[in-house]
Amino acid sequence: MSASDAESIRKQTRSYIVVFVTLMVMTVLTVAVSYFHMPVGLAILVALIIASFKGSLVAGVFMHLSHERKVIYWVLLVTVLFFIVLMAIPSISQWDQRMLR
Amino acid sequence: MPLATLNTIILIGSSVTMVMAWASLKLNDFKKYRLYMGLTILAGFGFMIVKGFEYGHKFEVGLLPKSNTFLAIYFTLTGLHGLHVIGGMIVNGYFLGPGAKMFKTEPERFTNRIEVAGLYWHFVDLVWIFLFPTLYLL
Repeated sequence: MSASDAESIRKQTRSYIVVFVTLMVMTVLTVAVSYFHMPVGLAILVALIIASFKGSLVAGVFMHLSHERKVIYWVLLVTVLFFIVLMAIPSISQWDQRMLR
Repeated sequence: MPLATLNTIILIGSSVTMVMAWASLKLNDFKKYRLYMGLTILAGFGFMIVKGFEYGHKFEVGLLPKSNTFLAIYFTLTGLHGLHVIGGMIVNGYFLGPGAKMFKTEPERFTNRIEVAGLYWHFVDLVWIFLFPTLYLL
């Protein structure tokens, strides 16, 4: 391994610590927000926004997604598509039941 | 909820030690690798112990999967997640113990194995990040 390679790993290590601290702050924030007792819809929205932000930090930095090649993103797009279908199935079934009534 | 918050902190911490274990191998520091990997597995144990207390308390007051729809979903999701944590601990345990001798013969291959094990571990953490607010806070 070359010296510059080692240097870049050390730099990455520092960013891991920064992400760790950010994730901790976000966790405290999520818990704090839950004490406000907002309306359900808003509470879900806020909780999921924070969780998505935390999730993208984990995926981007810990899982090295942020310096991955482009092709990975196309594969991920398929995942997103399937996720939408997955969420649509219960929604449609509920809508269907309401129609029957 | 305080228990779940503690578990969130433990699991995020273990994700950091996991990535540090990989970075240590990249820097050719096997001792540090063993330390970080050991901490990762220890955090896994910690997570499962806290989870055990949480389940135990629920059972004690008669909250079972059959009690209502929420608890059915709660036990299914956290139970499956817990099984994945155990699975990750087994794999990580192998790479800390008998699997680690590969570092002497094929260091690059071993480092890649740790990276892949890390991808799995981070994903289990990622799932928890979403389970925590949806099951405990809303």
